[in-house]
Amino acid sequence: MSVGKPLPHDAAALHVTGAARYVDDIPTPADTLHLAFGLSSVARGSIREMDLAKVRSHPGVVAVLTAKDLPHANDVSPSVHDEPLLSDGAIHYKGQPIFCVAATSHLAARHAARRGQIDYDQIAPILTIDQALDADSRFEKGPLIWTKGDVEPAISAAPHQLSGSIEMGGQEHFYLEGQAALALPQEGGDMVVHASTQHPTEIQHKVAEALGVPMHAVRVETRRMGGGFGGKESQGNALAVATAIVAAQTGRPCKMRYDRDDDMIITGKRHDFRISYTVGFDDTGRITGVDFTQYARCGWAQDLSLPVADRAMLHADNAYDLPTCRITSHRLKTNTQSATAFRGFGGPQGMLGIERVMDDIARKLGKDPLDVRRVNYYAAMETKAEPGRGKRFGGTYSPKPAQTSNLTPYGMAVEDFILHEMTDALASSADYSARKAAIAQWNAENPVLKRGIALTPVKFGISFTLSHLNQAGALVHVYQDGSIHLNHGGTEMGQGLFQKVAQVAAARFGVSPETVKITATDTGKVPNTSATAASSGSDLNGMAVANACDTIRDRIASCVAEVQDVAAQDVLFDNGEVIAGNARLSFADAAMLAYTHRVSLSATGFYKTPDLAWDRIKGTGRPFFYFAQGAAVTEVVIDTLTGENRILRTDILHDAGASLNPALDIGQIEGGYVQGAGWLTTEELVWDDEGTLRTHAPSTYKIPACSDRPDVFNVSLWDAPNPAQTIYRSKAVGEPPFMLGMSAFFALADAASACGPHDPALMAPATAEAVLAAVTRAKG
Amino acid sequence: MDFAFRLNGEDRVATGTPTTTLLDWLRETAGLTGTKEGCNEGDCGACTVMVTDEDGARALNACILFLPQIAGKSIRTVEGMAGPDGSLHPVQSEMIAHHGSQCGFCTPGFIVSMATAHLNGARDHDDQLAGNLCRCTGYAPIIRAAKAAEGTPVPAWMTDNVPKGTATPLRPTSSDELAEWYATHPKGTLIAGATDVGLWVTKDFRELGDVAFVAGCADLRRIVNKGDSMHVGAAVTMTELLTAIRDIHPSYAELIRRYGSVQVRNAATIGGSIANGSPIGDNAPALIALDAQMHLRNGDAQRTIDVEDFFIDYGQQDRAEGEFVTGFDITTAAPNLRCYKLSKRFDQDISAVCGAFNLDVSDGVITAARIAFGGMAGTPKRAEAVEAALIGQAFTAEAVQSALPAFHEDFKPLSDMRASAEYRMVTAQNMLVRYQMELSGQAISALEVRA
Repeated sequence: MSVGKPLPHDAAALHVTGAARYVDDIPTPADTLHLAFGLSSVARGSIREMDLAKVRSHPGVVAVLTAKDLPHANDVSPSVHDEPLLSDGAIHYKGQPIFCVAATSHLAARHAARRGQIDYDQIAPILTIDQALDADSRFEKGPLIWTKGDVEPAISAAPHQLSGSIEMGGQEHFYLEGQAALALPQEGGDMVVHASTQHPTEIQHKVAEALGVPMHAVRVETRRMGGGFGGKESQGNALAVATAIVAAQTGRPCKMRYDRDDDMIITGKRHDFRISYTVGFDDTGRITGVDFTQYARCGWAQDLSLPVADRAMLHADNAYDLPTCRITSHRLKTNTQSATAFRGFGGPQGMLGIERVMDDIARKLGKDPLDVRRVNYYAAMETKAEPGRGKRFGGTYSPKPAQTSNLTPYGMAVEDFILHEMTDALASSADYSARKAAIAQWNAENPVLKRGIALTPVKFGISFTLSHLNQAGALVHVYQDGSIHLNHGGTEMGQGLFQKVAQVAAARFGVSPETVKITATDTGKVPNTSATAASSGSDLNGMAVANACDTIRDRIASCVAEVQDVAAQDVLFDNGEVIAGNARLSFADAAMLAYTHRVSLSATGFYKTPDLAWDRIKGTGRPFFYFAQGAAVTEVVIDTLTGENRILRTDILHDAGASLNPALDIGQIEGGYVQGAGWLTTEELVWDDEGTLRTHAPSTYKIPACSDRPDVFNVSLWDAPNPAQTIYRSKAVGEPPFMLGMSAFFALADAASACGPHDPALMAPATAEAVLAAVTRAKG
Repeated sequence: MDFAFRLNGEDRVATGTPTTTLLDWLRETAGLTGTKEGCNEGDCGACTVMVTDEDGARALNACILFLPQIAGKSIRTVEGMAGPDGSLHPVQSEMIAHHGSQCGFCTPGFIVSMATAHLNGARDHDDQLAGNLCRCTGYAPIIRAAKAAEGTPVPAWMTDNVPKGTATPLRPTSSDELAEWYATHPKGTLIAGATDVGLWVTKDFRELGDVAFVAGCADLRRIVNKGDSMHVGAAVTMTELLTAIRDIHPSYAELIRRYGSVQVRNAATIGGSIANGSPIGDNAPALIALDAQMHLRNGDAQRTIDVEDFFIDYGQQDRAEGEFVTGFDITTAAPNLRCYKLSKRFDQDISAVCGAFNLDVSDGVITAARIAFGGMAGTPKRAEAVEAALIGQAFTAEAVQSALPAFHEDFKPLSDMRASAEYRMVTAQNMLVRYQMELSGQAISALEVRA
């Protein structure tokens, strides 16, 4: 069966030959126009006067648009209509698009866009968390607060208390392919848009609004993105809408792609956070209660900030059973780029808070942080025989909650917790204890260089927290030659979704994956799709595709059964053949047979995740179908003279359920880890006092390079089926491994702790400068 | 203007301006969209192409490579990595087998870098690929692929001939020609590797006016070892310099290993790195610590100054209109030279602080000192007060400690996106501490620690 095989990415051969086509590679008609935005040069205020004569007169310029030239909605927000495509007069951040140039070449448009003369009435910008708190500048009326139990008495009655705070920076997506869109005007006012987007339906929706047409008049196609990571969930709207509007107005195809600096200056990034905490705990480190306050810097527009901040709250527990808990979340509005979705979607920030608490408790008690983590883990899942064969709830073999309530702060029972076993296995395979002792010895002998080691777990909730998004559609055709056309609502950004889903389709028909043609995501084929986000791609689309395939397969089986005079349920699809009693047909012959018997060989498929119920204001319910889990051990070395640091070795054990494709899953884990470690080490976003993003190119913003990956990098899959009824019992793997990068951060903190008895209070990102500051604090 | 070259084995003529980039021509005119634009400033490597000339094959960033720079050479893009019959290059098949691509957008650049390294027999993969950024894979599978392809035969189609007798417009072939051109175009712009000037064009949209490309001046590309010193022509690339000084000044060589990336070092020249006057270039501190001299020429007039004296103030150098750098004289004897580069990322990052230390120690006593820093002032600058505090002292940890306050006399660094002023100051001081420890045999390099 094709499922479970480590097959290469479906486009690998196209990637390595340069033949894989991205939006900017699509051949365009000769009269195509190219767009660029003119950007604000101040962070807050209003436009007093705008003179675009020099823009209009620049060679090659065909049209220049401002807000008043937009025929319909001036909005590219995915949430609350607060994001004008072009400034309506108000300036909310430095880099905000004010006008749009259409020219005969990309270069001409870029050059012209710099020639606008704009005078502003400036207002002092709100840039930082503290400035926003002082100004009460926020989304939603006040902080969102969730509580479990009576937290204050639980903390004060505990044998020990401590308080602290951690700052963590944001993160630029740095997808290698910048944002891009191409709009091709059609007859009768229809529009086709090729967009580099994780959310074609959202593009369709926003383009239709902007053109004043029904959604049926807009078709959006996305074959692939050159990386997304959440940065193409909503941030591509502006380009698609702009190209569609100019294409509609001029009747000419329009293309837009951001130059890298523009991309970084205009688009949103991961939210930076401050999390402060007070915790009570006993002599073993067991927490009795914890009170978190999370401050999220959301930037100028709401975008996806509410669900991001929610997810930070939802992961304030990470892997730990918190008997009492309060989580207060402030969503602060600032005059900076609108922070947006980024792999983990708030989860990493929430987790970093509780993991810092674990470290602090361990330091105060003089314990190994791993022991403190273990003592606070949720109780283990009780598994009966034949795991994975039962129903999710109430069946004989269903997982049962263990002894305690095992309730998350939001009241969901944790029924599938496997981190005890995983932690034991990883600590053993990585030789954690012996290495920790050896490191202590080594540190005693080395005055300048210090090593550190940390093991951190991840428990990540799988499902969109906006429950209705947990649906997916598919469209499958079987042609009369037996070849299969596969389409679904998920998008391919490099994660291998198309390959995984093709393996599912091949398995349902019992054919080889080459029989299945993977096709571009297309709003004309599968409508009303959700973003490919929240790690949901293969869970949702795999199931929808399986359902579509099964519909066709059952029709073929009925047809073959009738001809061969056997029962339909006895018809088998295996190894490229359809077997009915003594008859063996090739799949192609079976398809032809069905065709000549006038059987429909096309079907849609649909799936919705079961058992979800969630009230985000109260913070109660069951927002997740299941939890994906993993753990990592990282060893680092730091230079205590400069703070320079390196990852020496990383061992990962990650839970992908029964993997649909172990090679692709390991790829997600290795890549997610390095990206997560990058977030917490070298990747530093710097704004100056005027709200200028000073790190707007790879010359100043440093994602991990080749030599930054761990010297020794051991990644294994925890090979057990998902107790939840997912597609072939696999688990989502897109986001969870990102948070394994936390082990690098806490290993750095461990190394800094070797320099002295005091709290190093390492802040993220742990740049060399931040590590040196931590070393200095540790020395006291 | 027309520029003739060979592209994937076929002779081609590109029409463009002197600052049309090869990347734009490939993608927009030639229709070869395999080569990607990731950053348009030479930092991500998605646009990497292989360029072959008389000196062999090397990887370069096409986004900051102007058409005049490639006239008369052979270019091979990702479309030219597979054979004419479609058979894959070994690095291509290994990248598929080892799952080395995910989104695939960086992949063409990786393939070209890997194939060029493969052709040249290079196996230091981390260094060879430091100029190629990947955001998906975490690099591990790419390195597995590169290792798997080691030792496989170089496909025949990868060996490019250099087209003979092709015109090379705007590329003088000697310093005499260049001097003549510059004398008549004193407001013109000289372009060496274009790793800096390229960004003036792609990011700042500067009009360069008249331009001349210096890399064709054969006499500026020479390295001459004169025994106790070496002459390095201004148009010597950083790759060539790295090779030349690897055994002579290993610490300076290690600094250059981390300078830019293979693609950048293959283009960037030592002359350009000094002449542009950057306060954060890594060559200047090393050359100043080595007491190097530089030669300048204006028409027929030539003069020699200390590199140290070239830097007058931020944005101001001792260079007259129409004057250009012809080369450097660098001592070959500096066993105590140590260069320390401090940046957010080890590879391919601009230094926050770059320190170069060169002390003469006789019978345990410091007899002479040359210490220079980049990133600590508006120019690369010597730490004269620190040097004075050290000379005559025993070379001990205590002497170093007592010299540290002198840093405040020498430097008042600034805060920027790379580092704070305070961090710059304390790490500059700590580099001196590190220097004394290193010369006394203690382990000081995090880069040498293994798990």
